[in-house]
Amino acid sequence: MTIAGQEHTAAVKTARLRIWRGTSRDNGRYQEYDVKFEDGDSVLDGLVRLRVDCDPSLAVRFSCFNANVCKECTMLIDGTVEYACIAKLQPRLMQLDPLPNLPIVRDLVTDTLSRKERF
Amino acid sequence: MSDELAVECDVLVVGGGGAGMFAAVAAARNGAQVLLLDKNVVGRGGATIMAQMTCASALGESEPDNPQLHLEDTLSAGRGLCNENLAAILCEGSPERIRELAGWNVNWARSEDGKINQVKAPGHSRKRCVYVDFLSTGAAICAALRNKTSRDGKIRRLSNVTVTDLVLRDGEIAGAVGIDVPTSAPVKIKCPAVILCTGGMTKMFQRTTASNNLCGEGIGLALRAGARIIDIEFLQFYPNGHLAPRMVGLDPTTWEPTRVKLGGRLLNGKGEEFLHRYGEAEGGSYDTARDILTTAIYKEVEAGRGSPHGGVFLSFQHIDEQKLKDALGPVIEIFERNNINLTRQAVEIFPIAHYQMGGVEVDSDLCSTVPGLYAAGEIAGGANGANRLSGNALPEAMVFGERAGAKAAQYSARNTTSRWDDKLAQPHVDLIRQTAERNSGDGPSPGRLMAEVKALMWGKVGAFRNGADLETARTRLRTMRQGDLDALTIAPEPGFNTSLVEWFELRNGLLAAEALASAALTREESRGAHQRDDFPAADDRFLANQRMQLEGNDLVSEFRKVRA
Repeated sequence: MTIAGQEHTAAVKTARLRIWRGTSRDNGRYQEYDVKFEDGDSVLDGLVRLRVDCDPSLAVRFSCFNANVCKECTMLIDGTVEYACIAKLQPRLMQLDPLPNLPIVRDLVTDTLSRKERF
Repeated sequence: MSDELAVECDVLVVGGGGAGMFAAVAAARNGAQVLLLDKNVVGRGGATIMAQMTCASALGESEPDNPQLHLEDTLSAGRGLCNENLAAILCEGSPERIRELAGWNVNWARSEDGKINQVKAPGHSRKRCVYVDFLSTGAAICAALRNKTSRDGKIRRLSNVTVTDLVLRDGEIAGAVGIDVPTSAPVKIKCPAVILCTGGMTKMFQRTTASNNLCGEGIGLALRAGARIIDIEFLQFYPNGHLAPRMVGLDPTTWEPTRVKLGGRLLNGKGEEFLHRYGEAEGGSYDTARDILTTAIYKEVEAGRGSPHGGVFLSFQHIDEQKLKDALGPVIEIFERNNINLTRQAVEIFPIAHYQMGGVEVDSDLCSTVPGLYAAGEIAGGANGANRLSGNALPEAMVFGERAGAKAAQYSARNTTSRWDDKLAQPHVDLIRQTAERNSGDGPSPGRLMAEVKALMWGKVGAFRNGADLETARTRLRTMRQGDLDALTIAPEPGFNTSLVEWFELRNGLLAAEALASAALTREESRGAHQRDDFPAADDRFLANQRMQLEGNDLVSEFRKVRA
């Protein structure tokens, strides 16, 4: 038995993501990507697709995926602290930065771990 | 790449979900120095934290009950394939763990007289399932265990460390090798005992209810260490998985507790009730077992009566708006943020990969066929047979986690002479370094291959299977494991290199996925969660456990009659 395909035709839109790339606040730059999406898709959906389809070097932290449970995907979205897994993609330029006031590990990943949980 | 890191412990726990944290606590209180690792964040990933409501425990608070009755229901759901010893350990051990968690400030929902509330979940003969609330029971358990593990001086927690290989000496555990993800440094862990608490392999399917980090790595690690796995073909599909419209901020399992609580109606694409066509009473039955409900939904879609996205409708439109608001509380705001108004529209649902019944073959100490290697939680095979009873995953994580932790601590106390040898670990360390340097090829990224695996498993190794599809999947997975994997290109990043982590996820996960496809092909019958269109009935010849091992590069299986 096969599973019925997605027969609906939702409008495909494009978000332009302006993403911080680098290993510290002094050593990095912004890189822009166009990401296609359907209404309702999250910023994390876009980042995951971007890693698969376009740039596997982009560092993003998450584990639960769109359930807002693991809290790992916290980042700055247009200057506001948000969870990428529940923030919605918009058909415009959106700027993504690592969390402020924390050391940057790489790209959108900051060192959010307790000191005693690290080597 | 950074220099190697080295650590020692008595008991290594791989995976910081419910089972892993419980194992760490139990090993520590049995005297062991414990290292608790998670490739994401200890206590934040895995499946337990995603669990919404039901946790089965024969406490007998809401009505008379006992573990023997719980066991009978578990065996009945398992369609003849349960390991009765393990199932009994689960059922008998659950009440003690529930009360222990109450002592660690898990606020089980209680009635006015102070008794713990219990509800009757599908497949249970009694009101048996305890909960904190109807959406965040697992999260409450994880919060208590995070707290417990962080305050214990004998437990060292390390997050963002992934285990890539077990190190063996003369067929016994000597330690493990892994990667410190933020720095990509190889990590050597010397220890006499390892407990795998890495969960199932739901990540290998396109649509899944669990966290994104459960890709069968523990199965791959165990097989390559020489351990045997059992009944890996049985993967439960959760019938009420959210399908459409797009919804974020809630686990896709949301609808089962909501439906049970409020009485949602399941309707086909024409707006008709359909469960009665599959042997259920008209008017919406809420105690339909998961495998039967999954069958009903699949068959309805196959008959051309599906919803627009290829599922069925779940409707709450017959329920008064105020009653909906009262029952759902703050959750209704999450629905609103997703433009879902339950008083005006039905949502679409379809079965979704949920839970792996099979896993590492363990004895009643939760020890695998490899001395020093233990497994607990979803990765431990046997207790649930061909179909897991609703509410048995959380007690399995706690009871097996606790037992494995205690037994592994006792084992390590008896095996104090280290079997570690740097020479044995070196090939595993070298593989990490070599893989990190595969930056120059023009092959695809690990993420892209993973996307192909997920589509393949979803399309060909789903809830309904046939020989041709399974053969195609098995062949492709084998080629991926033995060919594609070596042609992948790793991003040239020194730290937090997710493509390096994904390569090792694939290395172990592909072995797990191939084992599943292969075992599903060999089991030529339909039973529980394993449904074959070409063998639609249960067959007594297969009233047997399928045991599988890696011999050289091949997965080899045999059936053995279920032991009484």
